[in-house]
Amino acid sequence: MTEPLLKVRGLRIGATIHPPGEKSRHIDIVHGVDFDLAPGRVLGLIGESGAGKSTIGLAAMAYGRGGVRITGGTVTLNGRDILSTPFRDVRRLRGGEVTYVSQSAAASFNPAKQIMEQVTEAAIFQGKFTRKEAEDRAIALFRKLGLPGPDTIGSRYPHQVSGGQLQRCMTALALCPQPDLVVFDEPTTALDVTTQIDVLAAIKEAIRDTGVAALYITHDLAVVAQVADDIMVLQQGRMVEMGTTDQIINAPKEDYTRALVSVRSITHDEKTPTQTPVLSVTDITARYSGTDFDVLKDITVDLHPGQTLAVVGESGSGKSTLARVITGLLPPSAGQITFAGRPLSPDLAARSKTDLRELQMIYQIADTAMNPRQTVGTIIGRPLEFYFGLRGAEKQRRIQELLDAIELGKGFQDRYPAELSGGQKQRVCIARALAAEPRLIICDEVTSALDPLVADGILKLLLSLQKSEDMAYLFITHDLATVRAIADSIAVMYQGRVLRYGPKSQALSPPFDDYTDLLLSSVPEMRLGWLEDVLDSRKMESGGN
Amino acid sequence: MHPILLLVAQRLALGLLLIFAASILIFAGTSILPGDVAQSILGQSATPQALANLRAELGMDQPPVTRYFNWLGGVLQGDLGTALTNGRDIAESLSSRLGNTLFLAFWAAIIAVPLAIALGLIAVRYKDRWPDKVISAVTLTTISIPEFMIGYLLIFFLSIQLPQLIMSLEFLSDGVRGWLLANLRFSSVAMMNDSMSLVEKIKSITLPIMVLTLVVLAHMMRMTRAAILNVMQSAYIETAELKGLGMLRIIRTHAFPNAIAPIVNVVMLNLAYLVVGVVVIEVVFAYPGMGQYLVDHVSKRDVPVVQACGLIFATVYIGLNLVADIVSILTNPRLRHPK
Repeated sequence: MTEPLLKVRGLRIGATIHPPGEKSRHIDIVHGVDFDLAPGRVLGLIGESGAGKSTIGLAAMAYGRGGVRITGGTVTLNGRDILSTPFRDVRRLRGGEVTYVSQSAAASFNPAKQIMEQVTEAAIFQGKFTRKEAEDRAIALFRKLGLPGPDTIGSRYPHQVSGGQLQRCMTALALCPQPDLVVFDEPTTALDVTTQIDVLAAIKEAIRDTGVAALYITHDLAVVAQVADDIMVLQQGRMVEMGTTDQIINAPKEDYTRALVSVRSITHDEKTPTQTPVLSVTDITARYSGTDFDVLKDITVDLHPGQTLAVVGESGSGKSTLARVITGLLPPSAGQITFAGRPLSPDLAARSKTDLRELQMIYQIADTAMNPRQTVGTIIGRPLEFYFGLRGAEKQRRIQELLDAIELGKGFQDRYPAELSGGQKQRVCIARALAAEPRLIICDEVTSALDPLVADGILKLLLSLQKSEDMAYLFITHDLATVRAIADSIAVMYQGRVLRYGPKSQALSPPFDDYTDLLLSSVPEMRLGWLEDVLDSRKMESGGN
Repeated sequence: MHPILLLVAQRLALGLLLIFAASILIFAGTSILPGDVAQSILGQSATPQALANLRAELGMDQPPVTRYFNWLGGVLQGDLGTALTNGRDIAESLSSRLGNTLFLAFWAAIIAVPLAIALGLIAVRYKDRWPDKVISAVTLTTISIPEFMIGYLLIFFLSIQLPQLIMSLEFLSDGVRGWLLANLRFSSVAMMNDSMSLVEKIKSITLPIMVLTLVVLAHMMRMTRAAILNVMQSAYIETAELKGLGMLRIIRTHAFPNAIAPIVNVVMLNLAYLVVGVVVIEVVFAYPGMGQYLVDHVSKRDVPVVQACGLIFATVYIGLNLVADIVSILTNPRLRHPK
């Protein structure tokens, strides 16, 4: 057997954390991980947040983010232990032998410099290529990665290209110095599904053609199944299971892996529409002040009591703007909204307290939606005071009921948001909305920032609350799996218009319009060869036309 | 039109509007000052008739709005009026004073700005290590001491103690001692006249330059440090680190270009201070600049001079802040290279 390119033995990683108001203390993030990576192979590292995937990926570059320290074990790259190498030599290796592709290319490119300069910088600085050679290589990579205008795109600035294009530029940046190993850290997570599929195909082809080895880090098993040869499943800094992609996907040995593979097990029977909708949006057109185009054009949708309307679309399609219009934050330029049988004032300031109470909202980032200096009890208690004037023991009793409803125990009342996990924070936000006893809750990407298993729990909670409290949900999301799981009716949005609207069973069955077809077929499926199948069928269609 | 030109034009128009507003404030402010100019010129024993005549002569009997526009019209044509106390043309007396103030501010800035930015960069490079702490401690100390105090301390040590120290060094030959005394002479009075050569002038204002440098250093150094540290949190700095680049190269080529806007802002604020805030230093070193001129004439209730000085100070202040705004716009890649 050939000598592995990367050999990791007993890797232990820790960090010093500084919780506010407490003494700083040391925590362990990775507790002894071993693996080998042969030249030209792709290893997928998969796990939920906190599993230590990115930390392990960066350790392959002898790098610790923030206060992270590698505390034990060995990392051998090309036969050399890089953890005991002097820093000067480690620097020669970064950007030369091993390179990095980050999750957010938009943040990882320097806004003040041209793309070409940044793509070629490492290759030139490490003395691998002359400027001319490096630029020729970059242009060839731009072409291979399917970027438009490969000869000129390098002279642009990062803000002048789209997110998907920038992610490909980042891949070019990593491949330009001709490294032996590339660490891909969630490279497609921040992209829309329709963009993700193209970037994924470009990355896969580039890996195959250059023969580079890769660590591919992601939380999305369906994505990693398309690119990796082997997969290592991680949970809380420990290896759960490692095997070939085929084995992990089709015959997982451990319970945790099985849970990851079978996630999204929710079944939900579609309810039939009732006579009178709780919310009617009619011919809404809206634009932001100071702009000259409509973000929403002639939107008409109905939402029936106790049901869920899923609004689906990619970023920029206008779904969140629709929420802003319904909540009154952005008065529309035309159209009406009827809520619970009465017309809803377009302007927030003119709405009655009942309007405010009966229409609640839950946000994507629970972290920023709560005051970090208030306890959970204060956060949930506020709407009880404001809408119902509850005080003292009665308020305490109601807070307790709400905490029970969101499946958190008594002890949570005195905790601060910083002491909660991501899923628990989102539950507190749900309880706060619930406290107002609303008829309608607008859920804006409420599960997008959560791990799949945690998101699953939140969706189950929302569904059971809908049944017991008879609330309607307007559910904004870009995730079609979530839509399938919870929607009664669906509105597909694209460039400010509703392209498709109807009960779930109709909206998700053919015949499809082109965009909905593209959207549905772009959602990664958890099977080997899915990516090739989709690309082949698309090629055949475009060839047939 | 390129959107950036539009933005810059907007800023310039706004700046002019601000200067206009400042001129109204200055005029209104000096008009409501207590006391009567005619009285203070003619003294307590003047007859009412004489006072009325003088007022008419000075145009003081006209309504304030008319007087304001007469004054503004004159200013726009370069006529700042005549000083009440000595009857001399204000523009003429001011020009040499303003020249002296700008000369001092210029040399202080030439030393202080690069020094502050360099110290800021060093502080970032050695963040939380001893060079960072020493730089912070020293600059914070100098900014905490009142500037007249720094001035007197420097006079005490450099003008008085240093020559005595050199004299007492007996191991030095007379020649060396003489050379040291001649070249390490720090004048406690910053004299200034047209017959002096440039080198002589700079030598004469060495101490005021030192004081001003010490006073403005801390603000600029700390803002440079903070702005660059802020940028150093960005993901693209991590990208640069993972390219294997060295720390100084990262700071210089990746962090600094993105930190220019806040740094320029604080630099301009301090430059404005060097022009309009040096009154105390000019008094300490008896330097013939604008500040002293202003203070003299405030005490004599010479309103036209106070107005002229106020307007010039306001213009300098607004102008320098305008420059900072425009540099911020020009260094923003999103504005410079629109989609």
